[in-house]
Amino acid sequence: MSPSDEPALTGTIFDQSATLSIKDLSRMCNVEERHIVEFVEEGVLNVVEVRSEWHFTGDALRRARLAVRLERDLELNLAGVALALDLIEELQQLRRELEAKR
Amino acid sequence: MEFKDYYKVMGVARDATEAQIKQAYRKLARKYHPDVSKEKDAEARFKEVGEAYEVLKSPEKRAAYDQLGQHRPGEEFRPPPDWGSGFEFSGAGPGNSTYSDFFDSLFGAQARSGRGARGDFHPDRGEDHHAKVLLDLEASLHGGARTFTLRMPEIDDEGRLVSKERTLNVQVPKGILAGQQIRLAGQGASGAGTPGDLYIEVDFAPHALYRVEGRDVSMELPVAPWEAALGATVTTPTPNGTVDLKIPPGSHAGSKLRLKGRGIPATPPGDFYVVLQIALPPANDDKAKAAYAALAAVLPFNPRASLGV
Repeated sequence: MSPSDEPALTGTIFDQSATLSIKDLSRMCNVEERHIVEFVEEGVLNVVEVRSEWHFTGDALRRARLAVRLERDLELNLAGVALALDLIEELQQLRRELEAKR
Repeated sequence: MEFKDYYKVMGVARDATEAQIKQAYRKLARKYHPDVSKEKDAEARFKEVGEAYEVLKSPEKRAAYDQLGQHRPGEEFRPPPDWGSGFEFSGAGPGNSTYSDFFDSLFGAQARSGRGARGDFHPDRGEDHHAKVLLDLEASLHGGARTFTLRMPEIDDEGRLVSKERTLNVQVPKGILAGQQIRLAGQGASGAGTPGDLYIEVDFAPHALYRVEGRDVSMELPVAPWEAALGATVTTPTPNGTVDLKIPPGSHAGSKLRLKGRGIPATPPGDFYVVLQIALPPANDDKAKAAYAALAAVLPFNPRASLGV
C-alpha cells in the first residue's frame, strides 16, 4: 500500500534553534506566564536574555511540559520538579549508555 | 458500561481517610507516571488511578460514589435515575485525562477538569497537540515522507471525550535527532481563531547495524586477526553508502575509528564510529588447524599475562 496519495506535510525541526518568548511558552504549556517565571527561578528552565527580554529554545518546551505534568500529576513542588527533571535526564543518559554498550 | 471499584484501584479500604487516599495516590502516581515509569501498561494504569483519585479525593464525589453501594468491578452497571441529586460537583484535578464512560455517566463530562480548571489563557487559538513517534534511522539520514498514525483525544459533538485516529503523511526533516520535535503548523486542534500546531517528538527504533547517540552513529565492524594486526583496507557500510576503510596496523578489538561528518546529517553533522571486532576463522579442517599450530609455535603469546598467570 502506498503511504498516502496526499502530499506529505512538511514540518520543521523544533530544537535549540527555535526561539520562544515567555508568552509563547505560557500558551504552549497552558500555564500562566508567572508560572514560567517560577520555573526559571527554580532552574527548571534555561533562559537566554536578549535586550532584557527572555528567549527560550525549542528544547525548553519539552522540559516545561514535562515539568507541568509532573507538578500536576505527582503533586510535586517546584524544587521536587527540578530534582525529578534532572534525575529523569540523568537516567535517560545512563540508559542510552547502557544500550550502546550492549 | 462497567462498574469501576475506585477503592480497589487505589488499593485502599472503603473507610480510608483522606490522608490515606492521598498517600496511596502519590505512591501509585509515582509508580505509573508515564514520564517516569518503566511498567508495561503504565499509561493505562496511571489514567485509572487518576480517575479513582479524582473521585475519592473530593468529599462530594466520594459520598455520591459510595451511595452506589458495592458492585463487582466490570459488572454491567447503570446509575439509578435519581442518582447524584443533591450533590454539587466542582471540577478540579488532572487535566487532559481520558476518563471512563463510568466516570462520565456519574459526574458528567463537564465535571472533568481539563482546560477549564487549569485555565485557558488563549481562547482565540486552538490547542497545540503533542505526539511521540518511533522513527527508522533512515528517515533522518536521508529525509523522506513517513506515515504516522496518531491517536488524539477529541471532544465530540455531544461533549464526550473520544479517542480519534488520524493518519498523517509527514515529510521528515533530514538530520532530525532523537528527542527533537517536528513542528507541523496548523495541525493541532482547530480553535475559534487559528488552529494550534502539532509537535511530534521523535525517537529512533533500534537499527540492525547502527547505534545512535545524539548525532553520532556507531557500528561494530568484524575484521580478521591479520587485518587488525597488519592493517588492511576493508569495505564497510556507513549511513551514507559503503566506503573503503583503512584499518591501521596494530589495531585490536574495541579500536574505534572515526569517520568525521558521516553520522546524522544534522547541523553540525555527527560522526560515524567504527568499532573493531576481531572475528576468528574457524579451525574446522586440517589446513586451518595447521595454520593455528604454526602460529602458536612461532608466537610467544600469553593472552592472560595481565591476569598474573
